[in-house]
Parts: sequence; C-alpha cells; structure tokens
Amino acid sequence: MNHTDSNRWRTVDIVVASVIAVAFGVVFWAWGLLWSATDAAFAFFPPAQAVLYGVWLIPAVLAGLIIRKPGAALYCETVAAIVSALLGSQWAGIVILQGLMQGIGAELAFAAFRYRSFKLPVAVLAGALTGLGAAIFDFVYWNKAYELTSYRLPYALITIVSATVIAGFGAWVLTRALANTGVLDRFPAGRDRALV
Amino acid sequence: MSGVVLRGFGWRHGGRKRWAVRGVDLRVESGERVLLLGASGAGKSTLLAALAGLLPEDSGEQEGTVEIDGLDPRKARERVGVVFQDPETQLVMARSGDDVAFGLENRGVPAEEIWPRVDEALRRVGFPYHRDRPTAALSGGEQQRLALAGALALRPGLLLLDEPTANLDPAGAALIRHAVTDAVDADTTLILVEHRVAEALPLVDRVVVLEPGGGVRADGPPDVVFAAHGEALAAAGVWVPGHTVPPRHATAPAGDVLLTADRLGLPPRLAPTDLRVRAGEALAVLGPNGAGKSTMALLLGGLLRPGTGTVTAAPELAGRDARTPPHRWRAPALARRIGSVFQDPEHQFVTGTVRDELALGPRRTGQSEASVTATVDALLHRLRLDRLAGANPYTLSGGEARRLSVATALATAPRLLICDEPTFGQDRRTWRELVDLLAELRDAGHGVVTVTHDADFVAALADRTLTLDRPAGSDEPDRPAGSDEPDRPAGSDVPGRPGSARRPVPPGRGAGAP
Amino acid sequence: MIDLEPVATPGAPLARRNPVAKLAAAMVFTIVLVATLDPVAPAIAIAVELAVLPLFGVRYRVLARRAWPLLAAAVGILVTLVLFAADRSGPVLVEAGPVLVTQGVLVTALGLVLRMLAVALPGIIVFATTDPTELADALIQNAKAPARFAIGALAAFRLVPLLEQEWRMISMARRARGVDAGRNPVAKLRLFASTAFTLLVGAIRRGTRLAVAMDARGFDAGTPRTVARRQRFTRADALLVLAAALLAGAALTTSILLGTFRPLIG
Repeated sequence: MNHTDSNRWRTVDIVVASVIAVAFGVVFWAWGLLWSATDAAFAFFPPAQAVLYGVWLIPAVLAGLIIRKPGAALYCETVAAIVSALLGSQWAGIVILQGLMQGIGAELAFAAFRYRSFKLPVAVLAGALTGLGAAIFDFVYWNKAYELTSYRLPYALITIVSATVIAGFGAWVLTRALANTGVLDRFPAGRDRALV
Repeated sequence: MSGVVLRGFGWRHGGRKRWAVRGVDLRVESGERVLLLGASGAGKSTLLAALAGLLPEDSGEQEGTVEIDGLDPRKARERVGVVFQDPETQLVMARSGDDVAFGLENRGVPAEEIWPRVDEALRRVGFPYHRDRPTAALSGGEQQRLALAGALALRPGLLLLDEPTANLDPAGAALIRHAVTDAVDADTTLILVEHRVAEALPLVDRVVVLEPGGGVRADGPPDVVFAAHGEALAAAGVWVPGHTVPPRHATAPAGDVLLTADRLGLPPRLAPTDLRVRAGEALAVLGPNGAGKSTMALLLGGLLRPGTGTVTAAPELAGRDARTPPHRWRAPALARRIGSVFQDPEHQFVTGTVRDELALGPRRTGQSEASVTATVDALLHRLRLDRLAGANPYTLSGGEARRLSVATALATAPRLLICDEPTFGQDRRTWRELVDLLAELRDAGHGVVTVTHDADFVAALADRTLTLDRPAGSDEPDRPAGSDEPDRPAGSDVPGRPGSARRPVPPGRGAGAP
Repeated sequence: MIDLEPVATPGAPLARRNPVAKLAAAMVFTIVLVATLDPVAPAIAIAVELAVLPLFGVRYRVLARRAWPLLAAAVGILVTLVLFAADRSGPVLVEAGPVLVTQGVLVTALGLVLRMLAVALPGIIVFATTDPTELADALIQNAKAPARFAIGALAAFRLVPLLEQEWRMISMARRARGVDAGRNPVAKLRLFASTAFTLLVGAIRRGTRLAVAMDARGFDAGTPRTVARRQRFTRADALLVLAAALLAGAALTTSILLGTFRPLIG
C-alpha cells in the first residue's frame, strides 16, 4: 500500500469511521439495557468496575486499525461520544471531553509508528494509551476526592489493563474477524487477507 | 444526451482472483434506453459502477477503456446520475428536501437556485409530500422516488438504475416504474439493471446480455434477444417473460393442526388474528406493507411475546412443552420444533464458516457428532453449497446466503418452517429451488408458513392464503388529496377485524408475468 | 426505543439559538464548574440551569426523565466515598467497623453529586433542543468544521434507528437458531458479543454503500460546496455565550468569597 498520498480521507473512510462510532453507540445502548445490573456485582470492590472499561474504548483502536489514516482513532472515539450525548446519555457534555482524551491516547500510538504499522503490538499499545488517557481523565476529574492507594491508583491501573486487553488486543481480533467477512474489502485492512 | 463507449473493458476488484466483468465491447448512443441483463455474477453492477466513475483507480485492476462522451467516467461524473438498489443506504439527510439538495450543494449550485430545482425534481417524480417530510417516515417506494429525484435534480445526461425496485413490494416497484416513465427526459440516456424483465421492458428499447465468463452474449431489440436467448437466460436465472414455472400444490389433504393462533396480535403492529397451521400444508400470509406480516412470522416462530391472544402448539409439535407457549421455550427446543428463516440471511449467521453454520443447530440440540456430520453433508449437497463449505458466511452472494439460511433452519429438522419473504431479490434459479424445496418439505408432512409479497411464489406453492389488514390506528401516511396510487393501501376490510383465511388460492399465474 | 427527535417545544426563545452558540455556552458553563469540588458553586449553577429551562422550551418532566439515571450515579458516588474518601476530617457522624462517616465526607459527597448534576444538565439541555442536521450545518458554517466530516457523521447518525431495529432482529434470529444464554453470565456475554459483531458487519456494509451513493452525487468531487440551509451566528447568539460565561463566573466568585472554593488541581 502506498502511504505517501493515502493520508487524505476518502468518503468511504469518513462514512465508515462514523458508522463504526454510531454502531458502538447502539451497542452501548444495548449493553446498558442488559448489564445495568453489573453495578451490584462490583459493589464489593468498586474500582473493579473499571474491568469493563475497555469495552468503551474499542471504537478508537478499531477505527485506527481499519481506516489507517491520521486522526481516525481520535475522530471515531469523539463521534462515538457525541452520538451517545445525542442519544440522551445522562453524562452529555462531559463524555465529549472524555472521548477526546481517550481518542488522543490511541491516536498517539498510531502516530508513533507514523501510520505505517497496524500489527498486534501497535494495537496493544494503542489500547494501553487510550486506557491511559481515560485513566488520567478519571483520576483528575471523577476520582479526585477518593483515597489514593485504596481507590484512585487501583482504579487507574485496572482501567489501563482493561483497555490494553479489551480495546487493544480485542480490537485487533475484531479487525481480523471483520476482514474475513469481506466487509473491509475497500480498506487495506481487508486486503491483507489472501486472494479469494 | 450522453453517449457511452466500452472497448474490451474489464475490472477486477482488489483482493479478488476473479474478474468481476471482462471483455465488454459496447456502444450506447445518446438517448438510448438499455436493459442490461445477465446471470448473477455476470458483473452488471460492476459495469454500472464503472460507468458512474465509482471505481477508484487504486481499488482494483482495469482492462480496456470506458468513455462517456469521450471522457474517463471518473472525470465525467457530473454527467451521470445513479439510483441504487437499497433505499436505506442512498438517502443521506433526515428531511426529504435536504436530501435532494445534497447533490446540488456538492456540485456548487448557487444557493438561490437550489430550492427551485429541488421542488422541480420532487414534482417531476410525483413526490406526494412537503419537502420537510422526514425521510425515515417514507415507505420504501417513496424513498426510491426521492432517490430518483436526487439523481434527476443534477440533470444527468446518463441515468443509471441498478435494480431500483429489487427491495420493494409490488406497489412500490410500480411507483418507481411510473416515476421513471414520467420524469426522465426523452434525450436522457438510460441504462437499467433489473432481473424482473417483464416489468422493465416498457422502459427500454434495447437489451444487452452480459456473459458471466466475459463479453456480451446478446444485444438488440427485446423481442429479437428473447426469441434467440430466452431459454438460456431463464436457465441462467433471469426472469424472462413467457417462461413459466409449473405450480406445485399439495397432492394430499392437509394433516393435523400443529399451531393455533387465537386472536393473536401485537398492538400497534398487528391486529388480533385467528389462524391454524397444519402439517402437510403450505400457508401464505399476505397483506399490504404495515399489516404486520413480519410480526406475525415472529410471533408464530416463538420469537416475540404476543401482545394479545395466544399461540398454542399441538402436542405433536410441542412434545413435553405443549402447555407452555412457544415464546417461552428454551431456544434449542424451539429450533428443534419451529424453524424461522429471516428476511435478511445475515441476521442469522453466528459462526465463521458455512460448515460450522450448518452444524450449529444440530449440536445445540444435542445430536451426536456422527449424525451432525451426516446432516451437514446432506444439506451442503442438497442446497449446492459443497464448494463453499469453508467459506465465511458473510462473503456469500445473495442467492447463496439465502440457501444457507434456509439450510440452517432445516438442519434441526423442525416440523414447522416459517419464512419471511424468502424470495426477496432472488434470481429465477434460486427462486425455483426454494419452491421445490418448500414443496418437498410440505409433501413430507411439514407445515410451511411463508410471509410474502411475491404473487408468483404464492401461485406456485401456497395451498391456502391468509390476508392481513393494517391494524386500526396504525400510522397512515398523510397523503394530499388527489395523489395517485397510494403506496400503502389501507385494508379493505373493517380495520381491526381478524384476518380472514381463505382457500384455495386464485388460479396460478406464470412466473414473471406482470 | 431510541428517539432522535429534539424534545423541546419549537419556538422557545433560547432553543432557536444557533446550535454552535448553545454548544459553546454549555461548554463554557461546564468547564468553569469542572474546576471546583465545593458544593456552593454547583448549587448556584443548578439553580440557574433550572431557572432558564423554560426559555429552552424543555419541560421539567422531560428533563427528569432524561436525568433520572444520574440519581443512581449519585448513590454510587455516596457509597464509594463512604468507603474510599480521602478526606475524613470533621466531626464523626457514624462509625460502624470499617465505615467511618464524617462531616467532611458528607460535604465532599454533596459537592461531587451537585457538580455531577450541574455539569450534566447543560449538555442534556443543548442536545434535547438541537436538531442534528442544524448542528452539522452550524458546525460547518459558523465553527469552520470540515464539511466532509460533519456531513459524513450526520449521514451515519441517520442509521441509528435502523441499527437499533437491527439489534432486535439479530437477537431474535439467534434464538431461532437455537442459541440462548439463560442465566449463565458467560454465555450471555458471548451472545452479546456475537450479536454486536453481526450488527457491526451490517453497519460497515451499509456505510460502504452509503459512501458510494454519496460519491455518486458528487460528495467527493472537490468542487467548493454551496449551502442550501443558512445558519447565522447573530448578536443574540454571542450574548448567550457571554451570559453563560458570566453566570458561571458569578457562581465561582460567590464560592470563593464564601471561602468554600476547593480547586480541582492543586
């Protein structure tokens, strides 16, 4: 793939990145219907709730891996946040700031490899950095009043681990599975599979 | 106004071994109206995409040349308008007028000219609402009319129509054909892909048939082409007029009742309805858009909880669970007894290969590994899927995906099969296979319920029909007085009355008849 | 059901303001409040927000319906603070084993809960009164957002109701295939993931087709776009942003003068 002139976003890049964000908006909505009960399950140790944090960060890494253009991770996570605000999320404005922070994390990972490598280690790094972005935001904004060692640090660490595994490794597996279905044929990520 | 010249044209999509289309030599003069035909996989849609300038150079490999008025189509895009098959994925904006304006904005038309041109285009296609009408509130036929307005507003010299009626019910399809007849200028060149030939013929004066291996097989006036190639085209899956399919009705009387619906309904989608489904009988559920046919299929299939009334399964069907309604059965028990085939096959895919997809049901219902393999192999063969056993289900063509979705429902050998629009968008070959398959099941004593708009399918298979009315108080489009041909006719019976079961069907008509 | 329509009474004086102005006002208001942990500033802010609500044409009942999940979050904050509060100063109110509730804990909890509400409400008000098409138009025309991205996101957003319906169909189709999870949480999770995957495949397929249809109508033609719907940023819009800044500043100043101000950083 020629990378010198491929930094311009095609229409299909813009629309599919947006659609991924929108689809995750719907997935999160369905998740809310099914799993609002998990709150109780984690009551024994609230920081453990961050175990599932990575799920919310998948769009950033996934868009980066599929679209492979500068800004894809940041754009997708931000649009996903705006979509959830438009769908009536109770957090409204704040999720947009949060989405920006999380998107920047993944974006830095792809930028560090100059948007040339989209292999597993890069995906895992993107997951870890988007988790770091999320953790910093929560550390300062949401968790400021809590105890440092028993709450704020464990919460931040679990967030990063969750993001690394679920958003990093998970998005990489998801990209491969999507490529196998043929829907990514218009993207370099889809053409990595064998000729069919 | 625009002329088209192709010389030895071919295209291979990136990542594919096979050429999508190859060796096409074709000349279309300005103002001609051409119907483009060919078996599925002959490359009709790829050819249209090339003419529309929608195949970016870096997305595949090209052979030969294609020119519109002597230009590369990628540089002649403002001369070409396209209407695609799926209304949902070609409307961009939330309001109807904004959607027509979208193309004009992209082309940099001065702001003060935009709204007059939008209104003119809406008027030409006979759009019955104000331009503020939300696009989501339109029926499929109305959405396609809007898409046509969006293409015509750009005043194209060449208009390409890629199966514009394939996703529509008969009333919606008629709406589009009339709009094309009335709205397209006489000097606009028209190229149409459509596999329901009889319905497309009044729109065209020339037929071009693509050969799946490559090249043009036939080219000329419709009667000449069909006289010479009709037989072969019909065999290849094209709906050629005059090639009828013999009906297959039950030879034995229907057996015991399997499922009883008593005042079954789900407000506001389905009015209370009585219904009996028998073994050895093919029942077709008909009715206008919005009458709740798909809801009926889901309720009978034990997939939705009834809002009113009950569904009762006879002990012959339900076994131990005869006292509980189907919607409360565990999924494996349900799959063993009632099979459901959804309108969109992809909704039903769970695994990564065709073989695993077929094995899933039998495994979930506790069959032994040896019997799973036997079932899978038999179904692969029966539905011509052997070659695709290792393929990812999502990569299948429309016909293959449909055959797989039917096969997965049959894999658990349910006594009752419920299909929602199984023939939607299928070519003639898959269509015939579906008729034969369902007829065989019925003759072997299974119950078969089909929800459908397809009158030919009903004529070929159904032993009994049930026609649903739109429920009282359902959202009727606010149509201005004097508009022609309502797309969603109101029920002819008293609203809210239970649907009436009739027997037998009207005399069978030939497939492909208008 | 996911509802995409704005819920405000049309024609309310502030709901009609430019979407970019409303968004900017909400952002300014929010960012000022984010800076403090005390209960006074957010309490004033909430009072201001509730007072201007009728000007946006949002009924209190509608707001309550959108905001009620916040109450659950408020309880969560309270429980977590009782267990993990860093500041346990002040007189002890309750002491039971590991649970130590002091006045300091309660003041912090009150501050956090009020701040959460004060920060969430402006966003709810803006998005409840704004039509997505107008937001995209205003972002392009008044905030210099790139048109291709704003329109592309808008086109994708139109798919939300379709995808929601799709989610229900896919779930039912899985049951028809004999796949269900019962009460097993691991099976439930796997079923959820598989449903989401099928949804994603369909969504990307739709997005690809939509992009082709958009290009067929010249979306990527490179010709400078014109606009059919004008969005204007007037003096009234500027005043709205200014008023938001002044009110938030006043809330913060009051808190500082009363000596309750507790900065977030530092």
